[in-house]
Amino acid sequence: MSLVLIALIAVLVGTGTYLMLHRTITRIILGVALIGNGINLLLVGSGGPAGDAPIIGHGSSPADPVPQALVLTAIVIGFATQAFLLALAWRNWTLDGNDEVEDDISDRRLARREPDVVDPYAGDDADLEEPR
Amino acid sequence: MSRAIPLLVAIPLLGAAVNLLLVRHRAVQRVVAVGCTTAGLGLAVALLVHVEREGTAAVARIGGWGTSIGITYVVDRLAAVMLVVGFATLLVVLVFAVGQRAADEATPYYHPAYLVLSAGVAAAFCAGDLFHLFVAFEVLLMASYVLLTLQGRPGQIRSGTTYVIINTVESMVLLAGVGLVYAATGTLSMADLPEALAALDPGVRTGLHVLLLVAFGLKAAVFPLFFWLPDAYPTAPSPVTAVFAGLLTKIGVYCLVRTQTLLFPGELDGVLLWVAGLTMVVGVLGAIAQADIKRILSFHIVSQIGYMVMGLAIGGPAAIAATVFFVIHQIPIKTSLFLVEGVVEHSEGTGTLDRIGGLARRSGPLALCFALPALSLAGLPPFSGFVGKLGLVSAGMDAGQYAVTGVALVVSILTLVSMTKIWLGAFWGEAREGPSGILGRNRTMAGATIALVAGGLALALAAGPIYRFCDRTADDLTTPDRYAEQVADR
Repeated sequence: MSLVLIALIAVLVGTGTYLMLHRTITRIILGVALIGNGINLLLVGSGGPAGDAPIIGHGSSPADPVPQALVLTAIVIGFATQAFLLALAWRNWTLDGNDEVEDDISDRRLARREPDVVDPYAGDDADLEEPR
Repeated sequence: MSRAIPLLVAIPLLGAAVNLLLVRHRAVQRVVAVGCTTAGLGLAVALLVHVEREGTAAVARIGGWGTSIGITYVVDRLAAVMLVVGFATLLVVLVFAVGQRAADEATPYYHPAYLVLSAGVAAAFCAGDLFHLFVAFEVLLMASYVLLTLQGRPGQIRSGTTYVIINTVESMVLLAGVGLVYAATGTLSMADLPEALAALDPGVRTGLHVLLLVAFGLKAAVFPLFFWLPDAYPTAPSPVTAVFAGLLTKIGVYCLVRTQTLLFPGELDGVLLWVAGLTMVVGVLGAIAQADIKRILSFHIVSQIGYMVMGLAIGGPAAIAATVFFVIHQIPIKTSLFLVEGVVEHSEGTGTLDRIGGLARRSGPLALCFALPALSLAGLPPFSGFVGKLGLVSAGMDAGQYAVTGVALVVSILTLVSMTKIWLGAFWGEAREGPSGILGRNRTMAGATIALVAGGLALALAAGPIYRFCDRTADDLTTPDRYAEQVADR
């Protein structure tokens, strides 16, 4: 693996991790994208040095085709996950009007030793919403 | 028979595709979903019988490629039994969801997502190489993201965001691990990896091992990587939580078993012992502090994972056999407890303990449906939990691991304490106003719950044969090269 590629992977994963440590969902999504790209590069690099196109009878030192097949799959999966995260961020914004990852409400209450007044999980069934 | 293995994945995926075309016809969707899951269960049972009769694993090579570059499906004893228990649970929970209506009536996308989840679960159990395991994880995670946030309520979006992000991180750690394993060994096939990994420098080995342990540990929710679980699971609708609780974490445990027995046998056991002890204690203490049935049970998932990791860390055939039995027992027990919670929530509108009470007076059978699995979870004789914990404790004593064994026994008592808390809060005491016969009002939900509770009891009745099967499984898992021989045979 070339030193440039290694440095690029390090930068991508490093900046991605930094972005992920924020509470803003959009930054986290950007972080996910950067780390994902870094790891995809790592997969490409895991196949060893570059070579000819891996076709039988074409060139003398073919590149390893397996990591390329793996990375194609990984790119598609990463794309789908990021799209889903964006949809979640949008839904969060339409509900709350903010862009923050929030704390677990019940957990906060418990930490402050308050009774769980509002049941945040009530109502699996809209018609039975009213507790007796 | 081995040629039928890919159908385990293909049938639910095709069913999901058909269901997406049928979004306007809920009744047909239900029939397709139940049909596909039943077919999966039938196939899984047939495979288990086949593997048991032949005494060797069933192997399917997709496209006839070799193990080093092609996708291989391997169903050995462990995979076969996990498939049977997994599909049985998926089927029961699906019937429950159909009975409850609320879960699948609100949106037409419940059934397609559920079938994709089934396909992912099946693929994860049969995967014969690390990258296919990663893909299977992604398939089932993507379906679980959809199921968790399907109703789009504020609480679900909040906890769903955390869940998706944490699992994305887990996927990336796993993917990096897979890439580095390939870079170091030049193969990803689980049949070729043990030999290739053994030839590596010890430092590199440990690095790869830790990466895989972190990835699978996050999935299995072991200490200190469990914090996302009690937040995420309770917000989903009951049938979704039930299947997540029963199955998804156990897939992480299944991968941990493979890592510890096949890829890196007997390494980092000391670390895992600490992890196991802390997982048990932190999980059960978290459960005692909670005041909502779903949250208490969610913390118990974490606590019970500790027992499985403990057996794995002790190592040796006896401990591995006990771990396998414990996993088989946990899936139906945990799921049935969540189904009972689902019935309570369906009837009362909440699962918070101070808002309900006296349910035993209004429905004796429902109370019984809770009490039996709860006692089994705590490990009281004569239930299956006792058999599993007895196996783990005696293996721990034989191996001289007295500290972790002691912790396991204390945690058992604490488990009983927090089960008593649910019992006192929800079932005992003065009955509040409301119709009696909660269980009888919805026959489908009642049938599914009772079937799963009965399944859990059957595990105790048939503990002898099942435990002997677990012994044979453990023998397969702990004999070096057995996996490679089984895959290379065909």
